[in-house]
Amino acid sequence: MSSNDSIGKTLTVAVLLCIVCSVIVSGAAVMLKPARESNEALDRKRNILAAAGLLDESRDVEEQFEQIVTRVVDLRTGRFTDAVDAQDYDQRQAAKDPAASTSLSPEEDIAKIARRAHYALVYLSQNAAGDIEKIILPVHGYGLWGQLYGFIALKGDANTVAGIGFYEHKETPGLGGEVDNPRWKSLWPGKQVYREGDLAINVIKGSVDPSAANADYQVDGLAGATLTTRGVDHLVRYWLGENGFAPFLANLKSGEA
Amino acid sequence: MDSVKDTLTTPIFRNNPIALQILGICSALAVTSSLQVTLVMCVALTFVTAFSNLGVSLIRKHIPGSIRIIVQMVIIASLVIVVDQFLKAYAYTISKQLSVFVGLIITNCIVMGRAEAFAMKNPPLPSFIDGIGNGLGYSVVLIAVAIVRELFGAGKLFGVEILPLVTEGGWYVPNGLLLLPPSAFFLIGLFIWTLRTLQKEQVEKPDFTLAKHQPAREGV
Repeated sequence: MSSNDSIGKTLTVAVLLCIVCSVIVSGAAVMLKPARESNEALDRKRNILAAAGLLDESRDVEEQFEQIVTRVVDLRTGRFTDAVDAQDYDQRQAAKDPAASTSLSPEEDIAKIARRAHYALVYLSQNAAGDIEKIILPVHGYGLWGQLYGFIALKGDANTVAGIGFYEHKETPGLGGEVDNPRWKSLWPGKQVYREGDLAINVIKGSVDPSAANADYQVDGLAGATLTTRGVDHLVRYWLGENGFAPFLANLKSGEA
Repeated sequence: MDSVKDTLTTPIFRNNPIALQILGICSALAVTSSLQVTLVMCVALTFVTAFSNLGVSLIRKHIPGSIRIIVQMVIIASLVIVVDQFLKAYAYTISKQLSVFVGLIITNCIVMGRAEAFAMKNPPLPSFIDGIGNGLGYSVVLIAVAIVRELFGAGKLFGVEILPLVTEGGWYVPNGLLLLPPSAFFLIGLFIWTLRTLQKEQVEKPDFTLAKHQPAREGV
């Protein structure tokens, strides 16, 4: 088979193989795209419901998500906007685009996210009378190994935490990875965010003393994961602070959002 | 048919790709902290090894020697992308946990090793079976490691609680080291030791032996 090594044969084999393989790969990608996208959307919805404590595993996620209203908030003004379509908006992409995001100064950027998109999606769960029962806000920030992405849910008073959950992070399993631990997450509901209008919630190192005056504003840190704990503290304080959702929550409360 | 059976079963214990050839260790460390993820990885790798062997073997007589590694890589990489797309479409949560490791099957030494060492010289059917056999050999080690790691590291198997953890109000204090990649090194080491104790012919001959110690003679 010495003819195999001629230049003509080498090129022919290479070209033919590339064509066959690219047809197979693109065929699989195109055929499976709808299933993949619906999975991604479903996963996001499941995480939103789970953060708000509304998820019932025995029921269909889509059906449960129908009670949730998705709105776009302009973080610069703290009001609802229709500038972008909630269906297609990708906040992560927008945060990379200089035209659609703001660069944060080191003092502002406590969560180490570098750029903040102008718009954020918020998810509202309303009761039959149309009152807002839960407000679910997307949050992200740097932990130990990378960005943690998740949702924090507040009750209708925009002050009491209803739940928290991270759907994407790179923290060490068993240590920082315990952000996924249901027991730790169950410490969050009922905590208060603002005290007389000032941001007061924080995640402390160690356990909260239940008799302390601040107990309602503090959450236990994760044992053995100081940096992840600090990251969660920073990202919660950033997104619920003045550069995050605080103006929007204030507007929502006064009915001006 | 005996040769078919041999091709299939030899790589499982007698010529195990991980234990004897010490290939594919990287993913064995990374994906074995939970049994469910491990199983998906094993199926994915077995699939890729089998079909890349088949593909390489089908065109082995037309592969120019100068670009044969690239040809093998193209076939393997295409299969891996297809597998990755399938996982994203039908097993989304698991594909999220496996994240980059499915992509890294491309560089898994077992797949390349079998394509180069076996499929280039053998007809399609034996090559395909050899791929399955090596995939199974990889799976045996990974599943054994994953059972130990998940059971003693997290007190669970398939995410179902077996040993109630202290943090959940039980009695078992989990060994956090087992959830970290280095523990897989120790476990694979123990596995290789056991295998080579049972099958003495797997023990490698030492490359050299130290000369016997001789007491220094006093100067004359």
